[in-house]
Amino acid sequence: MSEKNNPAKTVETPENSDVSRRELFKKTAIAGTIAAAGAVSTTIAASNVESGGLSDALDEFFQKHYQEMSKEEMQKAIARLERKAKEKHGKEIHIGNTPPLEGVLFGYALNISKCKGYRKCVDACVAENNQNRDTTIQYIRVLELENESMNFEEADHYYDRETVPHTGKKYFPIQCQQCENPPCVTACPVEATWKEADGITVIDYNWCIGCRYCAAACPYWARKFNWSEPSIPEEKINPETHYLSNRPRMRGVMEKCTFCLQRTRKGKLPACLEACPTGARVFGNILDPKSEIRYVLENKKVFRLKEELNTEPKFWYYSD
Amino acid sequence: MEFIRFCFDGVKEIFRGGKLYWSWMGVLAVVALFGASAYLQQLQQGLVVTGMSDQVSWGIYIASFTSLVGIAAAAIMLIIPAYIFHDMDIKEIVIPAEGLAIAACVMSMMFVLIDLGRPDRMWHLLPYIGRFNFPKSMLAWDVLVLNVYLFLTMIISVYLLFSKYKGKEPKFSIYFPLVILSIFSALSIHTVTAFLFSSNVARSFWHTGLLAPRFIASAFSAGPAFFLLTALVMRYTKVFPVKEIAIKRLTTIITIALEINLFLLLAEVFTEFYHQTEHSASAAYLFFGLGGKTALVPWIWSSVFLNISALVIFVLPLKKNTIFLALACLFLVVGVWIEKGMGLVVPGFIPTPLGEVYEYTPTFIEVQISMGVWAIGLMLYTILAKISIAVNLERIRLT
Ligand code: SF4
Ligand code: SF4
Repeated sequence: MSEKNNPAKTVETPENSDVSRRELFKKTAIAGTIAAAGAVSTTIAASNVESGGLSDALDEFFQKHYQEMSKEEMQKAIARLERKAKEKHGKEIHIGNTPPLEGVLFGYALNISKCKGYRKCVDACVAENNQNRDTTIQYIRVLELENESMNFEEADHYYDRETVPHTGKKYFPIQCQQCENPPCVTACPVEATWKEADGITVIDYNWCIGCRYCAAACPYWARKFNWSEPSIPEEKINPETHYLSNRPRMRGVMEKCTFCLQRTRKGKLPACLEACPTGARVFGNILDPKSEIRYVLENKKVFRLKEELNTEPKFWYYSD
Repeated sequence: MEFIRFCFDGVKEIFRGGKLYWSWMGVLAVVALFGASAYLQQLQQGLVVTGMSDQVSWGIYIASFTSLVGIAAAAIMLIIPAYIFHDMDIKEIVIPAEGLAIAACVMSMMFVLIDLGRPDRMWHLLPYIGRFNFPKSMLAWDVLVLNVYLFLTMIISVYLLFSKYKGKEPKFSIYFPLVILSIFSALSIHTVTAFLFSSNVARSFWHTGLLAPRFIASAFSAGPAFFLLTALVMRYTKVFPVKEIAIKRLTTIITIALEINLFLLLAEVFTEFYHQTEHSASAAYLFFGLGGKTALVPWIWSSVFLNISALVIFVLPLKKNTIFLALACLFLVVGVWIEKGMGLVVPGFIPTPLGEVYEYTPTFIEVQISMGVWAIGLMLYTILAKISIAVNLERIRLT
């Protein structure tokens, strides 16, 4: 991309404000600290310089932690990310930033006697959340178990979905359990992942250093890594995204299920729930006494996975 | 002023050397370049070029990191007798051992760096500037203690060397507190690295209180063994006349630590296998394979074989023979490298928390990059050992 049609260039003028000068000073200071390690050159080499120009590459390099950006910084970052996403994917992409809703704590329940193992939720999730199609990242794993067993080590992860349901088997979909006490968050050395007020554990893809310690810490195998540069066919891109959820990711960072917060924070339901042909899934605000999820929690014999680990999942299973 | 001369003389020493020295460094440099080119490829394409996956998300990089943290303890087991108990025979080999500690520390940090998906964002780890998740994250702790240990070791070695260079006795009031601090930080790098694994409730294979003592025991055997191996080479090549008594001391240290390590390992294996639960699946996979998948079985049994052979040599008079002694050290280093690396890091991921048995084999690129790191580390060790020997033999000193 040439410099002319690169709006970031024009913003970076010195007389802009005091803030920007202080910023510049801070940037120079940081740059000085690490220049020795050659880190700057690595980024420039690693990010797509050809598409964004040097200024974009530097802005990306110095982009602050999500929780530390001011409103303007956030807007600028989002504008740049949207621009870059368009260049990369050839499609206008909107990156939203809806905050958590007041008085909402999201919870999910799944009726295992209804689940028949069609894996429609998996497909819908991939379509909704812009996962890399090359390495087939999937947030939901459906296990096929013997009817009488709960031993995951005997589960079939790769059963044939065309012929389900198989007799004598049950199906067990597992995704991020949105732990109230998430070990992944404690593990992260740079606070790139945290729990939002609505109980959803999110990742700042621009802050994650890709150490994968959180993946080792998660007891539900919910965290997936971008081993390569994500690629998604243009027509498959979902342009309605959220900064902390399904916006396009880059290589070398972690990602995970967010209960579709780009949808649920706007009052919609998660894509996996809508796609489920058997109606096995129930989603809602567990703080709302009139919600369906509360009905399930109060009236069904619910249980949670690996409760002995004290992770306090907000994902319940039950059967009729 | 004197210090500048000292540095200058030190640097000059690096460029002085015979054919053997230059060919050794030359070979290492070639391997390092070979590794660097592979790393470049990894930077361009991402970590897909490795054998790692979402199932096994850490491989030989973290495995090497873990065992190198062990090697970094080498110096401590020499410093304690030399500077706390004033064992004169050990004193002269302390500084080359410190050189090994520095090199091992640097290597282990490099292994963490090459494992990162976004090495360009390293600065996020800097306190105040980035967001260092301290004291919650064990990885943050590890970064901290490794840096502290590296820093202390460097200070101590420079101070001791500089005193020797000036022909003065090091001052007790200066080195003693430093030495005490460095002993604690040496213990802490193992403990924290062990906690890095054992704090994970998700991985029952790692989730055991024995992990930290095992780390310390294996470090106190493999670290000095690695050093002893190089000391034997130094003696053989007549680079430095390491005294017989110093070698004996080292052998004793190694033997005791090795025995403790094997005992702890045995205790762990017993608990895993006496009544096999769902939690013993990783151990079962490691030692015997699971569901017909057996990638780690040859690794762990070679480690067992190497460790036991080393032990046999160390307890028998066989160890008086230099060749056997060197062999035992080599066995021990490799044995512990496997036990702490492929035998500990990788099986923690297999089966996954959802019970899937998915195997891991390092790719050629991964091996290439790791070899590059080793080459750089060995170059660093060679240089540091060379300078310290030159000072010790008073080939360079303040005139
Ligand atoms: S399920 Fe895993 S990724 Fe999700 S919040 Fe819990 S620990 Fe974190
Ligand atoms: S991979 Fe990213 S989110 Fe996970 S622990 Fe490392 S830096 Fe944090």
